[in-house]
Amino acid sequence: MAPPKKSASGIRWSPWNLLLLVPLLLLITPYYNRSGPEFIGMPFFYWFQLAGVAVGVICTSVVFAMTKDKPTTPAPGPAGDVDDLDEGAAR
Amino acid sequence: MRWTELIIFSALFLGVSVLGFVAAKWKAGATLDHLDEWGLGGRKFGSWITWFLIGGDIYTAYTFVAVPALMFSSGAIGLYALPYTVVLYPIIFMPLLRMWSVSRAHGYVTPADFVRGRYGSRFLALIIAITGLVATMPYIALQLVGLEAVLRTMGINGAGIVGHLPLFIAFVVLAVYTYQSGLRAPALIAFVKDILVYIVIIVAVVYLPIKLGGWGEIFGAAKEKFDATESEADGLLLTANNQLQYATLALGSALALFLYPHSITGVLASKGRNVIKRNMSALPAYSLLLGLLALLGFVAIASDGVEPIINQATGRPDTNTIIPVLFQNEFSSWFAGIAFAAIGIGALVPAAIMSIAAANLWTRNIYKEFLKKDATPAQEAKQAKLASLVVKLGAVLVIVFIDPQFSIDLQLIGGVVILQTLPAVAIALYTRWLHIWGMIAGWVVGMGWGMFLLYNIPNPAAGKAHFGGSALPLGELSLFGWHPFGGSTVQIYVGIVALASNLLVAVVVTAIARKIKAANGVDQTSPEDYHVDDGDKSLKPVGTH
Repeated sequence: MAPPKKSASGIRWSPWNLLLLVPLLLLITPYYNRSGPEFIGMPFFYWFQLAGVAVGVICTSVVFAMTKDKPTTPAPGPAGDVDDLDEGAAR
Repeated sequence: MRWTELIIFSALFLGVSVLGFVAAKWKAGATLDHLDEWGLGGRKFGSWITWFLIGGDIYTAYTFVAVPALMFSSGAIGLYALPYTVVLYPIIFMPLLRMWSVSRAHGYVTPADFVRGRYGSRFLALIIAITGLVATMPYIALQLVGLEAVLRTMGINGAGIVGHLPLFIAFVVLAVYTYQSGLRAPALIAFVKDILVYIVIIVAVVYLPIKLGGWGEIFGAAKEKFDATESEADGLLLTANNQLQYATLALGSALALFLYPHSITGVLASKGRNVIKRNMSALPAYSLLLGLLALLGFVAIASDGVEPIINQATGRPDTNTIIPVLFQNEFSSWFAGIAFAAIGIGALVPAAIMSIAAANLWTRNIYKEFLKKDATPAQEAKQAKLASLVVKLGAVLVIVFIDPQFSIDLQLIGGVVILQTLPAVAIALYTRWLHIWGMIAGWVVGMGWGMFLLYNIPNPAAGKAHFGGSALPLGELSLFGWHPFGGSTVQIYVGIVALASNLLVAVVVTAIARKIKAANGVDQTSPEDYHVDDGDKSLKPVGTH
């Protein structure tokens, strides 16, 4: 993982973030606004968008996994690990 | 009166009310006399609680009855709720993390708190706070519309005060336990609500298609219905006219959702950035649920004899009763009772969170800012608790004394209204380039034009001359008499048009204000604040701001 770039505005950028643009393709309707091919009796329009949910999940999950190890402050300390334990306990 | 349904509904309702009162002790902090505790549950909710809380917050009872109802009456356009919730999480993923961090670093409780800190302008923060309040209030009333749809199906369908009595009782109970337990109450109840909702919907989408002969049969029945109508706007697919409306409505709704104060409340209550990131992948489980639920609108078409119940108070059919009636016709009474309880409790969770968010706004950005500047944290908490009672009472009065259609109209307006806070709340998370005066001017123009456009949209089917919907034919779009898309019947969501005008004006006025070097407030935040996470040594403990 390359160290995060820092700009004067404090915005941190990772190329993985671009994946978040993929689900936005659902906003372009003409290519999926049709009835065939059908799947278990559902027109394409319906099952394609339901499948879009899975694509959205994959994209956000990958971005989460790939940007996870970045330090979130200039001096993170060991606190991050303790957090993860807390998270586990919350389950 | 349907007694089996009513008894199961009442028993579950009573159960969650007990939970609501017990919640005050759940993961309790040192004191409830601080807004961080009462209004944000101690800012320490982990991934699971946050998932249930935000899920319960944004997928509301109204969504559950209104989305299938729209599919039932209009077809494909009703499915906009699905792309809306798919594009939602990728869009908000990054901004939400920055919002959480800066709010944790500075102890912000509301979006208007952030604006106040970022621009040092009480006036701008006040505008944002009032916009949030105006958009949230009808949303609370709308939850009652969902609850009433269920009560009506169970036979409680009277006119006048007596007909509204059960609703009134339900809301008094809700108001009292929210007063006592704060955000912990809806967080705990959300567990019950969401589990019930998942069970009911999964059973429905597996069982009903099998019973009715498969999805092919169901879509066939829906096609038959839409082909038989004279209207060309309905159907199984989008038409040339409503595709743009579909996409802009999905995008506009996604942009609006996390500008609503109650969504921000749910996010700020989580304990860290990783909790939010995990939820960006986990919350779409609800989107899938919503998509399947929307299809139940078609199932209702295929099922024999599903007709909306006539509202005795207004004499008009209440299309929101479609889903409750479907459950009543197709399932045994006890399962219908569980389904109704899921929708009914589904109204309470968001109503509680919304009233807390509204109370936080009132307390932080109006009471403390203008009325009692030296208020102690305990006084703030007290004020917020009282405000939450007032807010809920107001919502009940709106439903009882004014036509429910009014709150549906207001909700429609609410989406357009809250979108106008995007420059100050969302863009400001990234840059301070926009000038205070630019944002105020943009807000005025976006708000004014949006209201003007909504006012002029008729709905002949419902016999309304004004506020008949949010779909604007492009041909009617006019700039000082100039029609850039003259004659076009392609429709677009008004909120996007209003937001575009807002941004344009904001940029132009900003450029001018920067040219004449007008003062642009003082930024109390630093670039590092937008990246802090739970456990950082530089952070103050919760409840000490």
